[in-house]
Amino acid sequence: MMKDWEVVIGLEIHAQLATRSKIFSGAATAYGAPPNTQACLVDLAYPGVLPVLNAEAVRMAVKFGLAIGAQIAERSIFARKNYFYPDLPKGYQISQYEQPIVGRGALEIVLDDGATRRIGITRAHLEEDAGKSLHEGLANATGIDLNRAGTPLLEIVSEPDMRSAKEAVAYMKKVHTLVRYLEICDGNMQEGSFRCDANVSVRPRGAAKFGTRAEIKNLNSFRFVEKAIQHEVARQIELIESGGTVVQETRLYDSDRDETRSMRSKEEANDYRYFPDPDLLPLAIERAFIEAVRASLPELPDQKAARFVSEYQLSGYDAGVLSASRETGAYFEAVVGRVGAAHAKLAANWVMGELSSALNRENLEIDAARIDPQRLGGLLERVIDGTISGKLAKDVFEAMWTEGRDADAVIEAKGLRQITDAGAIAKAIDEVIAANPKQLADYRAGKDKLFGFFVGQVMKATGGKANPAQLNDLLKAKLGGG
Amino acid sequence: MSWHARSIAELAAALERGEISSVALTRHFLDRISGLNGALNALITVTADQALAAAAVADRRRAAGERGPLLGIPLIHKDIFCTDGVRTSCGSRMLDNFVAPYDATVVARLKAAGAVMLGKANMDEFAMGSSNETSFYGPVRNPWDLDKVPGGSSGGSAAAVAARLAPFSTGTDTGGSIRQPAALCGVTGIKPTYGRVSRYGMIAFASSLDQAGVLARSAADAAVALGAIAGFDPRDSTSVDAPATDYTAALDAPLRGLRLGLVKEFSESLEPRNGALIAATLDAFRALGAETTTVSLPSLPLSVPTYYVVAPAECSSNLSRFDGVRFGYRCADPRDLRDLYERSRGEGFGAEVKRRIMTGTYVLSAGYFDAYYLKAQQVRQLIAGEFRAAFQQVDLLIGPTTPTPAFGIGAKIDDPVTMYLNDIYTIGANLAGLPAISAPCGFVDGLPMGVQLIGPHFAEGRLLNAVHRYQTATDWHVRAAPGYA
Repeated sequence: MMKDWEVVIGLEIHAQLATRSKIFSGAATAYGAPPNTQACLVDLAYPGVLPVLNAEAVRMAVKFGLAIGAQIAERSIFARKNYFYPDLPKGYQISQYEQPIVGRGALEIVLDDGATRRIGITRAHLEEDAGKSLHEGLANATGIDLNRAGTPLLEIVSEPDMRSAKEAVAYMKKVHTLVRYLEICDGNMQEGSFRCDANVSVRPRGAAKFGTRAEIKNLNSFRFVEKAIQHEVARQIELIESGGTVVQETRLYDSDRDETRSMRSKEEANDYRYFPDPDLLPLAIERAFIEAVRASLPELPDQKAARFVSEYQLSGYDAGVLSASRETGAYFEAVVGRVGAAHAKLAANWVMGELSSALNRENLEIDAARIDPQRLGGLLERVIDGTISGKLAKDVFEAMWTEGRDADAVIEAKGLRQITDAGAIAKAIDEVIAANPKQLADYRAGKDKLFGFFVGQVMKATGGKANPAQLNDLLKAKLGGG
Repeated sequence: MSWHARSIAELAAALERGEISSVALTRHFLDRISGLNGALNALITVTADQALAAAAVADRRRAAGERGPLLGIPLIHKDIFCTDGVRTSCGSRMLDNFVAPYDATVVARLKAAGAVMLGKANMDEFAMGSSNETSFYGPVRNPWDLDKVPGGSSGGSAAAVAARLAPFSTGTDTGGSIRQPAALCGVTGIKPTYGRVSRYGMIAFASSLDQAGVLARSAADAAVALGAIAGFDPRDSTSVDAPATDYTAALDAPLRGLRLGLVKEFSESLEPRNGALIAATLDAFRALGAETTTVSLPSLPLSVPTYYVVAPAECSSNLSRFDGVRFGYRCADPRDLRDLYERSRGEGFGAEVKRRIMTGTYVLSAGYFDAYYLKAQQVRQLIAGEFRAAFQQVDLLIGPTTPTPAFGIGAKIDDPVTMYLNDIYTIGANLAGLPAISAPCGFVDGLPMGVQLIGPHFAEGRLLNAVHRYQTATDWHVRAAPGYA
């Protein structure tokens, strides 16, 4: 059934800009303060107050625009979007409508099959966030918290270029990575710093015209984006196939029930009566400012991944994972700095493997890792110089993680130094062979698989410390009838 | 000469010489207010205690060696300016209970200069009106004839200065709201260049047109007062970042060679007696050395319809914040959110305000925006361009401020379009953001009439200079309304 339909998705991502103060007032933007303690007279829309644009928000928007290769408007306009709602103190939201600060750009996403896909970005514009309505603990009343009112947002509007929920998630993750690289958004989705609306439609494959779209509002996790789109696509296809038509409307995703529900139809939609905000002059951005921002851009995710491939001979996949955040890239490169570029692949495996699972287990960010890159590098050096085996290194890693000690200290304390003395290994092999005559006979009769059994027994006898390569060679020789 | 008949410079000199203290001067004006305001209704709020305290501070500052042209001089603020700790009603039931928690920049600057606020002047509700009849606090009466309107929206500010309840007052001018009442009350009122005076703390009517200014009995007094409030304010993004000039410095410069252009579109259809006054005024300027010609601004007659699209559009949005949620009027026992909005606004706003909100909402609506709002903005550009072209030929434009003298209370209030035409000569300057001044130039039917001069951007000094020289040669501006000498 699905193969007859093509899914068309466009996202409107709202990234909260990481400015210290609000976009049009001097009030702080920090999350989690008691209600209405971070709302000044401007945020409360007191009579007579006026907005003054935060230059830092402008700089951040320009940064984003340059990172997606977009044209930065030398003149952009703030407009008023008029509607009544208690969490909107002025009765209008200051946004950008006809002339946004960031014009057309694009990002590339990598699909599961390794192919890349270019997702167009129509525009990105600056606007202010609204406050919040509070219902908990209030009988017959709604509380209003205006701490968030006036927080700067960058609304990033994509083209309808995505063809599946997975692509939408890949694109959203790409934008998420980018805004964090640029340090313009903390990307905290639980706190609502990064959220999106999804425009979803379906059409018969090959059709030239788009189907009627529904807009799913306020999705604040990658999982919800994926599930909400999947649900919505299924709903639309089922509706059309049973003879119905999709109506243009705004829908809400209910994550508890995993379904979307209609909020309002196009007919019920507000007429926002946009017009240029007369309190704010057109925003003029000089070439020199744009060039200064360009010069301050960090290495971007795609650039970093490409460099990891060329500099460290990593696979595209590894390079992608290690460049997914600035912090991960920095950690990886610090480890490489210790062990040398020749061992970059080993470093990559450890960062993506043991370290990553330890972080996941304890739900930590990489900069809160209990083993810093220097110590991890120290551990890898012991693997490289043969002091311990890779397998033992994992135990050492765990000990380092919990005890907070250097690799060498752990190795010493636990007596884990690898046995490389051929005589000692041979002695252990002899003992194992002597103790297992039946298995020896079977092996010599052709049961090659028993080789592993002997390796295991010798390792057990040596407390796992036998050098694996030496053990292999000696065991092979002895089992062969030596 | 009685204290209330003296100029600001004379009062400052008397304070300096110790002939009177600011406290005594303030008490003098407060006494006048308590005797005369009952009939005039020019003030909504009298802040006697705060005024006397502020005057005492001014006296101490002077004793400590501080000097300044407004130190210890009383004034009245239009009730559109937020005043910390004092009710700021904007002439509306909506804000009858609103005590501002901060000072407007205009208020703060005058406070810093040592000027003493006596109270808050009555005004048309949210500055929407040309007669002061739309005020929730009732109409202001014209000191020249108590049955006549004082003009609006700064009617209280104009009547108070005409009745000599204060040496000067502040006002705001969106389409003529300083100049028209100044003309109708026989005082001098200046609307500066858009952006010259901060709008911060001035309750917005139409943000792209609103501009604060002053009303006084002479250009010389207005120059002192304007000097105190003009200047860049980082809290107003439309404020112009250019240093303010000392408007008193060039007051006496001779007018020889000044090119005055009589606006053809303003002079063609003038009522004969008004026309005669303007002709006499031109004669007086020529006698002072000015040259006069006639210039045409063909699109200027479109300024009233243009204004009545742009101003309501902006006001419909500006007044959305009055929703009964955070401050101001809230209806009793709202059933739900919609009821709270509808009744709070329905009961809190008066008829003229509602008319403009509805007009503005309409012209911004989908399907009408291009035909009204966008078209009006285009005409506005056209008018601004014609003014620019005119100032290539002349230094200042000149013409009447109003078509007629003050009309009767109740005469036009039921006919909005006729009422709107009162501002036919004043609106152009707002649309183009130009400075303009109105000064008394004679009488029709015993009621004062005004001459208006319009200048290019930032020509406030030149306007004040021209009017000051005119006022040294004429005495229209020193005549007091009967009973208010």
